[in-house]
Amino acid sequence: MDEADTHLIGSRCKRCGTYFFPGNVTFCRNPSCDSDEFDAVPLSREGTIWSYTDAQYKPPEPYVAADPFEPYAIAAVELAKERMIILGQLAKGVTVDDVTTGMQVELQLQTLFTKDGQDYVSWVWQPKR
Amino acid sequence: MSRDVVILGAGMHPWGKWGKNFVEYGVHAARAALKDAGVSWQDIEFVAGGATMRNGYPGYVAGATFSQALGWQGNEIMTCYAACATGSQALAAARAKIQAGQCEVALVVGADTTPKGFLAPQKGERPDDPDWVRFRLGITNPTYFSLYAQRRKDLYGATDEDFATIKVKNAEHGFSNEFARYRKKFTVEEVLASPMVASPLRLFEICATSDGGAAVVVASKEYADRLGSQRQVKIGGISTVSPKFASADVEMPDIATDSAAASNAYSFRASIAQKAYEEAGVGPEEVSLAEVYDLSSAMELDWYEYIGLCPQGDAEKLLRDGDTRIGGRVPVNASGGLACFGEAVPAQALAQVCELTMQLRGEAGDRQVSDAKVGVTGNQGLFGHGSSVVLLR
Ligand SMILES: [Zn+2]
Repeated sequence: MDEADTHLIGSRCKRCGTYFFPGNVTFCRNPSCDSDEFDAVPLSREGTIWSYTDAQYKPPEPYVAADPFEPYAIAAVELAKERMIILGQLAKGVTVDDVTTGMQVELQLQTLFTKDGQDYVSWVWQPKR
Repeated sequence: MSRDVVILGAGMHPWGKWGKNFVEYGVHAARAALKDAGVSWQDIEFVAGGATMRNGYPGYVAGATFSQALGWQGNEIMTCYAACATGSQALAAARAKIQAGQCEVALVVGADTTPKGFLAPQKGERPDDPDWVRFRLGITNPTYFSLYAQRRKDLYGATDEDFATIKVKNAEHGFSNEFARYRKKFTVEEVLASPMVASPLRLFEICATSDGGAAVVVASKEYADRLGSQRQVKIGGISTVSPKFASADVEMPDIATDSAAASNAYSFRASIAQKAYEEAGVGPEEVSLAEVYDLSSAMELDWYEYIGLCPQGDAEKLLRDGDTRIGGRVPVNASGGLACFGEAVPAQALAQVCELTMQLRGEAGDRQVSDAKVGVTGNQGLFGHGSSVVLLR
């Protein structure tokens, strides 16, 4: 997969232009819009850190943790065009000391865990160099 | 003008991990509230119960469960669930019934028994359930608390010491509260030495889950006057508003906010207390004390701003000036807050109301806020629930 072309896929209301992520919407949630038609659209793959934290303890299931558990960092990232904030882990190896609010990040794919020989891939945020 | 509705009595079962049936806590609290009100159970015309999601069928029909346990006597019943706002929603139902002239005196009860350990999502693969998705991605409740805490640090200069100070303050407040679960004082150093859970928040700064029960007896002012009650506290306003699209709050259990691409962005939390103030005809500058949802120590700072005690970004100053400790200008969480109670979801909003009732009557003992005239509560939880109650002496 071409890393530079990795996008999250959201939905965009055909009538009012509101974005939704995750994109599994049936009805537009904008109260002044009664549309039920959406386009699947790629979301901005770059954004600004709204805030960040980490997880020092193993979360409960359905999280699948490495053994031993490896702490990971998390960022809430603001997408300018969509005017929304999306949460996700920060890329492996990035800690809370490496990021600040307002920092630019971009989307990457990372294997979150492997189960029964299958890789489970998710989006992560990587600080821009 | 609708008629005035007052709180006649308040009662609680102490918070803890008692491992008993939730009904026991609810009935204990209800009997305490009835006794406090000087009203007999058989005079109650309406029971509003806060549901609990963790105790099977009796929990889903809590209003009936409590009524049966107190002894069926032909009263009307309703049960509601609204996450953290459950107690306020039940209180609002009782108030509406009285305002409409359909009854004169009602009982509102909430109680919960919590499982041991962390709250975890239900089992199974449910990729359409946002609560499942976020846990799969490793996003837990402390994640959300800490995102807000970190943002305060970066935007407003909050410090780890500020967060620890909130815990220390609330622990001092709750130390003498017979209903609190944790009655132990802390130093800032002790809090900062507790293990980091989700940077920048530490173990002692994140609230636990508890068992507990709370109840109030509410009545029309006429009924209370006929009874000769000298300890009435007036319900000034109740807000149980929903968010407005596009909600800009990063909110459990969602992994994304609403998109404001085609709408204005709103802060839900900042909107909750507004309606309660408007109904009560008072403003935040008149507030004597507040009970707010300190799910984390840092979240209490956000609440100072959400309920209008100070402009956005000034909460740290309010804390550092000592304004929000007992003896300060506007004490917050005089009960000890969630820091001392732990959360018993369907009882918690009522527990806040019970504390304000005791304070406004001047019956709060060692933690009494002097000359308390106006009290406000604030809480907020999953799936667009939040509430605020303004009580007046
Ligand atoms: Zn639309």
